[in-house]
Amino acid sequence: MGAGHAHRLYRHGHSPVHALPPHTKLAAAFAFVVVVVSTPREAMWAFALYAVLLAGVAYAARVPAGFLLKRLLIEVPFVAFAVLMPFVAEGERVDVLGLSLSVNGLWGAWNVLAKGTLGVAASVLLASTTELRELLLGLQRLKLPPLLVQIASFMIRYGDVITDEMRRMRIARESRGFEASGVRHWGVLAKSAGALFIRSYERGERVHLAMVSRGYAGSMPVIDEVTASRAQWSYALALPVAALAVCLLGWVL
Amino acid sequence: MGAVTVPPVAPGSPVPADTPAPASLEVAGLAFAYPDGHQALFGVDFRIARGERVALLGPNGAGKTTLVLHLNGILGGGAGTVTVAGMPVGKRHMAEIRRQVGIVFQDPDDQLFMPTVREDVAFGPAAAGLKGPELEERVDRALALVGMAEFKDRPPHHLSFGQRRRVAVATVLAMEPEILVLDEPSSNLDPASRRELADILRALDVTVLMVTHDLPYALELCPRALILSEGVIAADGRTGELLGDEELMRAHRLELPFGFDPRAVSSGAAERA
Amino acid sequence: MHVPDGFIDAPTSAAAGVIAAGAVAVSLRGARRELDERTAPLAGLVAAFIFAVQMLNFPVAAGTSGHLLGGALAAILVGPYTGVLCVSVVLLMQGILFADGGLTALGVNVIDMALTTTVVAYAVFRGLVKVLPRTRRSVTVASFAAAVLSVPAAACVFTLIYAIGGTTDVSIGKVATAMIGVHVLIGIGEAVITALTVGAVIAVRPDLVHGARGLRQRLKLRVGDDLVDVPDTAPVPAAARTGRVSRRAVWAGGLVASLVLAGFVSFYASADPDGLEKVAHDKGIDRTAKEHASADSPLADYGVRNITDARLSGGLAGVIGVGVTVVAGTGVFWAVRRRRDADASPASLDTSAAEKV
Repeated sequence: MGAGHAHRLYRHGHSPVHALPPHTKLAAAFAFVVVVVSTPREAMWAFALYAVLLAGVAYAARVPAGFLLKRLLIEVPFVAFAVLMPFVAEGERVDVLGLSLSVNGLWGAWNVLAKGTLGVAASVLLASTTELRELLLGLQRLKLPPLLVQIASFMIRYGDVITDEMRRMRIARESRGFEASGVRHWGVLAKSAGALFIRSYERGERVHLAMVSRGYAGSMPVIDEVTASRAQWSYALALPVAALAVCLLGWVL
Repeated sequence: MGAVTVPPVAPGSPVPADTPAPASLEVAGLAFAYPDGHQALFGVDFRIARGERVALLGPNGAGKTTLVLHLNGILGGGAGTVTVAGMPVGKRHMAEIRRQVGIVFQDPDDQLFMPTVREDVAFGPAAAGLKGPELEERVDRALALVGMAEFKDRPPHHLSFGQRRRVAVATVLAMEPEILVLDEPSSNLDPASRRELADILRALDVTVLMVTHDLPYALELCPRALILSEGVIAADGRTGELLGDEELMRAHRLELPFGFDPRAVSSGAAERA
Repeated sequence: MHVPDGFIDAPTSAAAGVIAAGAVAVSLRGARRELDERTAPLAGLVAAFIFAVQMLNFPVAAGTSGHLLGGALAAILVGPYTGVLCVSVVLLMQGILFADGGLTALGVNVIDMALTTTVVAYAVFRGLVKVLPRTRRSVTVASFAAAVLSVPAAACVFTLIYAIGGTTDVSIGKVATAMIGVHVLIGIGEAVITALTVGAVIAVRPDLVHGARGLRQRLKLRVGDDLVDVPDTAPVPAAARTGRVSRRAVWAGGLVASLVLAGFVSFYASADPDGLEKVAHDKGIDRTAKEHASADSPLADYGVRNITDARLSGGLAGVIGVGVTVVAGTGVFWAVRRRRDADASPASLDTSAAEKV
């Protein structure tokens, strides 16, 4: 039973970014994305500067570029959308390499691509430098309602349970000669979903009973206090503040 | 059969007990049906005095786990009452009841869910509001009781099964409970781990209710035993006498291991105790 | 359907954030009634499950992506309030951990995938369960129907939000066609998974299905060899409720029917762009529409309009849509809450699942 001590997105490390208290990182990432989104799309250079800022954070966190780029793949469906946009959008059209493209669509595609990519990159950096448990503590510190934190922590715990149960059920299926090789077997897999649900629930229920038996009443007890010093806050908020400066320039210029 | 004399292991626990101090645990008329309609308990009555060590025996499906889950109010809403150290189990005293009744579940993997042994043992006391050095001291004491002090900063899932069970006991001991409830404490343990756990349990100065199929283990550790069968207490008496009553054992689908003679062993157990 | 950062303009995102926060706040209040310490982990499991199914992304023809939503499953298993919370948590964690769905678009995503699916699914589900005979099969059938409808409903809401604050000017007709068409298909997949899961759960652990709480049975005591009834503590007499139920059933049934109808009508209306255009025209919503810039294009029939007009008409429709959703949602919540208050058993000992009537 891993209680989410480690997740695949997390890169273990001892960089200054890793060491920052989780709530400061959460706040910084959120503020950064807000600033990025409110930047006018015509200020292309601003987005380049944002990318440089993020690259700086990645460097400080010692997150290799390859890792970051691989994780950016989550964006692919929206890249596809962005690529199609110049073809389907309306308005004034221009000819590029013999293709008739919508100018508005081009701007729209750029807008979604630039802002989306920066948002994804910020989240990836956050997730790769912060452990899940820390993230939950951070959300708790940022006054997210306890019920939501509770659901989130159960969700993460159950994530492990489900993976485990799925593996066991697959082994059981395969040792009886079943292999999911095509559409014909989707029925079996869909039926497994129900069984998986019950099994995961009952396993997690026992863990929960053990927690409740030891006085758990909805929020994780604080064993090690997480506090952020003024210096840590200012260090974390350097990113969104720099971004804000760029954004203001973008509006003015 | 009458030759069995088991001296009380802890002070103030003659069998049957009739001490004026509030019993550690008192269950009266407890009945319960699961929402799917299956009724598991049909009126359970018994009383455990402070300091006693009692085994709860019974075949599969007798309602043992259901009963255990009533002891700290995880299940409830049926008929009857459960009283812990004079406090009725109910919403009003729930936090205190949960602190007083320490349940060690059968599978230590269900019980250990924090990243390190230390944090796991600290979970209960921290939930009760303990902090700082006081919390650390409580954790150290509980771990020392089960001989796991040097594993403090290890992740629980890297320990052996026997070690994990001992940590599970420590997580409960850290809450300084009135009564320790163990669900199948000897299951899946190799003989050496089984022996170590028995020594630890014997050394504890706390009321113990041990739910088990392991009849020799019950005989070794618990002077008194209850048999739960078909949702009621079918027998209550000295463990050696109950295990020696072949007809009673057969009637409740309890079987001793091949070649095991409770009369021969119980005196030995008594000496060790 | 996860909206990334920058896809919906800032004011709309902010407004959506406010509405979503309000919805979550209402759900937090409501969930206290639905959740006890036994169902809290269930909520977590439902969230984890939804997290898993939402990972299955289908690339969609018109360039958007679609996936299973899970709102119906959540509403049926843990109740509508908790359902909203579960899906919202999933969206939040996806945004933070996987960068799936932008952080600033969280409000849009919550309205779309958490609020709409759960409310629509739960309304349909409760309505059907009331109408159908009280069997387990009915519950499964009702979950199928609820899931089938909830997904296109979410697509409709997505289209509305896009109409209000989309930063690109792809015509609403095209977005609606692509989104709703695809999500009808996804809805079927979602319905299969939801019905199978609910069916499996109700067969083994009926106590875990919020939407189908069974009747409580009398406890027995074993005295000697006989079973005797436990002296009455405070069971809820089943007969006492029938008189009130019929009236309420009619009322709730009417509400549900209108919701379903609304869902169908708007679904067909928006699936067929001409129909949408026609409705808009008849109602005078798009009276400001001026010129057709490229009348010879095959898309000329719908949506080639001056952008501000599109926004205006879409905005009006959006406001109406959101208003209807809010009013209907409030009605459903109110009805459910009133019902629960009336039925609350006086002998509620802690958290036993047995006391759920």
